[in-house]
Amino acid sequence: MIQPLILILTPKWRSALTRIRQEQSTSGTRALIIAGVGLVFWLGIFGVVYRLLRYFRGVEEIGPLLAGKLLGIVLLSFLSILLLSNVITSLSAFFLAKDLDLLVSSPVDWLYLYLSKLAETLLHSSWMVALMAVPIFSAYGIIYHGGLLFPLLTVVVFAPLVVIPAVIGSALTLILVNVFPARRTRDLLSVIAIGAAGVLVLLFRVIRPERLARPEGFANLLDFITLLRTPTSPYLPSEWATDALMGYLVGPFDIFTLIMLWSTAAAFVVLGSLLHRSLYPRGFTRAQEGSERFVRGWIWQAILGPVFRPVSVARREFIVKDLKLFFRDTTQWSQLILLAVLVVIYLFNIRALPLFSGEQVPFVMVTVISFLNLGLAGFVLASIAARFIFPSISLEGRQMWLLRSSPLDLGTLLWSKYWIGTIPLLVLALGITVFTNVLLKVTPFMMAVGITTIILLTLAISAMALGFGSLYPQFETENAAQIPTSYGGLVFMMSTIALLALVIVVEAVPVSAYLRGTFNGEPVRVDARMVGSFAAVVIICLSATIIPLKVGLRKMEQFEF
Amino acid sequence: MIRLKGLTKLFGSFTAVDRIDLHVPRGELFGFLGPNGAGKTTTLRMIAGILRPSDGRVWIGGDDLIARPMAAKSRLGFIPDRPFIYDKLTGAEFLRFVAGLFGHDGEKVEYRINELLDLFELSVWKDELVESYSHGMRQKLIISSALIHRPECIVVDEPMVGLDPKGARLLKDIFRGFVDRNGTILMSTHTLEVAEVMCDRIGIIQEGKIVACGSMNELRRQTAAGDVSLEELFLKLTGGAAVRELTAVLED
Repeated sequence: MIQPLILILTPKWRSALTRIRQEQSTSGTRALIIAGVGLVFWLGIFGVVYRLLRYFRGVEEIGPLLAGKLLGIVLLSFLSILLLSNVITSLSAFFLAKDLDLLVSSPVDWLYLYLSKLAETLLHSSWMVALMAVPIFSAYGIIYHGGLLFPLLTVVVFAPLVVIPAVIGSALTLILVNVFPARRTRDLLSVIAIGAAGVLVLLFRVIRPERLARPEGFANLLDFITLLRTPTSPYLPSEWATDALMGYLVGPFDIFTLIMLWSTAAAFVVLGSLLHRSLYPRGFTRAQEGSERFVRGWIWQAILGPVFRPVSVARREFIVKDLKLFFRDTTQWSQLILLAVLVVIYLFNIRALPLFSGEQVPFVMVTVISFLNLGLAGFVLASIAARFIFPSISLEGRQMWLLRSSPLDLGTLLWSKYWIGTIPLLVLALGITVFTNVLLKVTPFMMAVGITTIILLTLAISAMALGFGSLYPQFETENAAQIPTSYGGLVFMMSTIALLALVIVVEAVPVSAYLRGTFNGEPVRVDARMVGSFAAVVIICLSATIIPLKVGLRKMEQFEF
Repeated sequence: MIRLKGLTKLFGSFTAVDRIDLHVPRGELFGFLGPNGAGKTTTLRMIAGILRPSDGRVWIGGDDLIARPMAAKSRLGFIPDRPFIYDKLTGAEFLRFVAGLFGHDGEKVEYRINELLDLFELSVWKDELVESYSHGMRQKLIISSALIHRPECIVVDEPMVGLDPKGARLLKDIFRGFVDRNGTILMSTHTLEVAEVMCDRIGIIQEGKIVACGSMNELRRQTAAGDVSLEELFLKLTGGAAVRELTAVLED
């Protein structure tokens, strides 16, 4: 039973090992940076959960209840994320993967095919959640003195917790593929998954969970304790897992929870395999069918043609082509949903600041927040640039033969890519900066500083995204959504954060002078220091615009295919 | 006219193309043959401007590819062996885009697009996304894109792969007509019958070097092979012993 499974999975893990070995041999710095960022991320999660749990432990009676509730919510979130991610991953693993032709045409038993593809789906969609769970479980183990057996118990509890959503996710996909063609299903799923993720995040923020941590908001303490004692979702595996772990840590431990978890996982695998046996052959055949997609290209031409009439033919065709590809690729445009969620949450957070409690808003506070807001807005813009601008060079990879063999100047290509990404980013940047400044009722001086800085930052961030995208291209990746999470994407984000920090530090000099002057009722003095600081910001931002574009262009000239 | 002088490509310490000299005049269809990994595709990709030569020069219609890349590339149509194109464009949009890269637009381009799509029997599919095209249809679309700007020279890598017999015949006719109108074609192929029938001259490349070059009669003279087919000549020049061993293995 195990032997054929290992055989089917061998090419996968061997390829993964080779990739890791190659990456280790090519760059030690790369491994070091990734490990460093990972460690900081882990320590961050661990620190937050540890402090929370230490606080809970100090609360009589309801402390363990709060800790259990928190674990329940965390595991329930994991379960939802895993379900969404398994639905998407299983579509590729079961229906679109390149090795399927070989496997289906070979005398491989359907059960082994199912189990191997289920294992592949599970690993691809769960590794990140599993990594995130480690610092959380560690914090629980340390605070409640779980001992040496606790890590073992977490593995025993977590394993069925990842198997169940993998089976459900792949079963859902199997059913969907039997209804729609696979490529349509992929489009549909990416929109549904991203939409659902967006709504989840939005709901989580809008219900303002920070209020739940304040018992004074409830009519009496009894209501609060009753709410805590009520199981969040008694029929969900996440609740059984919570009961098992909290039972072990604070007692009483009930072995039945573990039996429930494992028997449910086993039953799901059996049911999943039966469903696979009856539906997979039909679904796989449907997945081979090409989706007939007639499109009305003349509408694009009619709308965009006149708009881009003033630019040269090559630039115009390039821009029109990029816009068409973006809006026809569901995996790309669906990310706009997340972008909208990000912006709404951003504005909601500004609106939710305690500044607007009806009292007179302190001038110093507003000015400082409006200034620091530039950094935050810059970070939001960097995340967006990482999603949409950073991958744009990589996405040309397979078609580079055409671009390089045509008389298209690479400068034209870069120019088109730059402006097509920068203009929407600039509109967004100005929108959120002006809107938040209006919400904060800042002075005209701060409004002018904010607008000028954000324009300069946007030009730089966009150029850096394109420059780093050329320096670290991912030509073999077909899914644009995976490109920003690569090493190059990480380097881009780190460099952008460094730029934002530098600009804020330099600009803090004139802003603090303005603040001091206004606070003391003196007129704003435009001195050499103020002018020098603003000039430095302009020079920094323009350098961060021009240098990455030049470096990117030089790198593109060296591309070989 | 396509001219190569001392064209060399190194990948690390490996010499993929080794100081190739070649002149393909106007009105000639030149066939480039060689076993797998001999350096054919690398040579063609250097001529197309996709790979940078480690050494040597390339002229396309008199323009130096390194010194005047835009002018040289304007004269060229390149057909690669693997038809990677934008999946989310329609056939007509792809051709319009390629025409734009060569600086052409307007009514003339629209006329040319319809003409080429009709010729390759793709008109019915012109408004359908390329992602639903078969391999052969993609190949036809790429061939159309190489012809959209009326090039002087065509560099083509394995043109017959994926084409149905009708498409293959059509392509042969198009290439012959193109050469008759004074165009230049440099074509790599593994289909020896096609090369024998279509090409005016043939060059055989092995381990990055041209080991024989000329018309069929010239090749026979060079190898003292008598009245043999191109296949026999090819095997003689590139190691027929290996083929005989392979045949023995298969028979065992």
